[in-house]
Amino acid sequence: MRFRLTLLLGGLIVLVAGQFTVAQSGGLQLPKAVEAGSAFTIQTSGSGQAVLYIVGPAQVLRRDVQLGETTSFAAGELHNAGHYVVVLVGGSSTETGAFDVTAVHQPTALSFIAKPSRLPVDLHDGISGVAYVFDTFQNLVLQPTQVSFQLSGVAGAPQMRTVMTHNGVAWTKMDSASKEGAAQFTAQDGSVADKRVIQQVPGDPCRLKMNIRRSGQRLELETEPVRDCNGNAVPDGTIVTFTEMYDGGEATVDVPLKRGIAKTEMPAHSGATISVATGVVLGNEIRWGKE
Amino acid sequence: MRKKAGQSGAIWKLFLVVCAVFATLFVWGSNQAAVHVEPTNSVGPRTLEKQTETAVVRDYLKAWHSMSGALDQNRADLLNADFVGTAKEKLTDTIREQAKLGIHTHYRDGAHDIQLVFYSPEGLSIQLVDTVEYDVQLLDHEKLQATQHVRARYVAVLTPTEVQWKVRVFQAEPE
Repeated sequence: MRFRLTLLLGGLIVLVAGQFTVAQSGGLQLPKAVEAGSAFTIQTSGSGQAVLYIVGPAQVLRRDVQLGETTSFAAGELHNAGHYVVVLVGGSSTETGAFDVTAVHQPTALSFIAKPSRLPVDLHDGISGVAYVFDTFQNLVLQPTQVSFQLSGVAGAPQMRTVMTHNGVAWTKMDSASKEGAAQFTAQDGSVADKRVIQQVPGDPCRLKMNIRRSGQRLELETEPVRDCNGNAVPDGTIVTFTEMYDGGEATVDVPLKRGIAKTEMPAHSGATISVATGVVLGNEIRWGKE
Repeated sequence: MRKKAGQSGAIWKLFLVVCAVFATLFVWGSNQAAVHVEPTNSVGPRTLEKQTETAVVRDYLKAWHSMSGALDQNRADLLNADFVGTAKEKLTDTIREQAKLGIHTHYRDGAHDIQLVFYSPEGLSIQLVDTVEYDVQLLDHEKLQATQHVRARYVAVLTPTEVQWKVRVFQAEPE
């Protein structure tokens, strides 16, 4: 009785298991790995007709095959990298196996992200570049490969870095140049290159100086050309604020830079104190008509 | 006496079949995969906050669920919520091909061992490596052809969208 029960249980397990699992490949001969897009063959054993499935999330193939023969897959037929399950369904038996499809080692495309697209000059590690390397079938090339980054601007020697990819990605950081202007940021892997333009703009004003001269009952105020600490002209439109304080009163005028200079007129109050500022930079202060 | 033994055997058979069915239903019905996230020491140029890590892992696992549903029902629209770019295009192509061939596949992920490996400096992409164990069922015109247990190493790149991370690259590689 016990033996019969064990046998029954075993039989049931086989019955249930038979529905959901199948023996690993017997006569099914699979490649261990195939490069994406390459031609390959699968050898089966036995005789008769069968259906061969190659199944993965990235791709699926189904082929009627003759058991005992070699089934060939043409170049380009299986082109998405991934792990594939192979199922061979014959008349009464099912065989399974698996193999991998790897990306083509030769990169043909870069996904290059450069940030930011605009930044102040002379910023250490201010520019970042990330390059993902892909093959011709848009598979991420996971084999290490060398990516060269180059940042060349309007002046000075270009900055260069060479980085090995790790899991298909390489990254770097670069300094912005001391001179304003457009810089070319390039990532290159072999013959594949991708380019981005980084606009380097002047930094904050470094020093601010104004001059005053009388014009009748009014004062003409004018700054010297406003520059950043590297001598780049601060962009027109940057607001400069003139403040006049007199006899307990106060007058303020905001003026945008025009051709690098801000100028305005204010009433000439004797004993007035006039100051100038832009952003976080305070300029000189002048006392007018001191008695 | 012989008739009684026969009845007893039939009851046992029935009992075992019921147990087997329940066990199968339990195994296939359970949607919760065991998830282990490797401690993240360094992910490159950008610090990975705990909240970001949690969100990325959550959205990646959700993507597995979407993929499973999409490949099982041959419905590419189920991918929209969790996939973009190349990953979505490739999965969509697979679904189209499955539908054409009259097959569908059911992926049930059982265990994930996830390691976040790269967080880009500008925060626009994050990469993880997942050693995942799953079962894949192949059905041809609703007939179950095979079930295969798979252990594979997946590399995924996720990018942020308005409200969540979406999978942009999804690719298995040899272990």
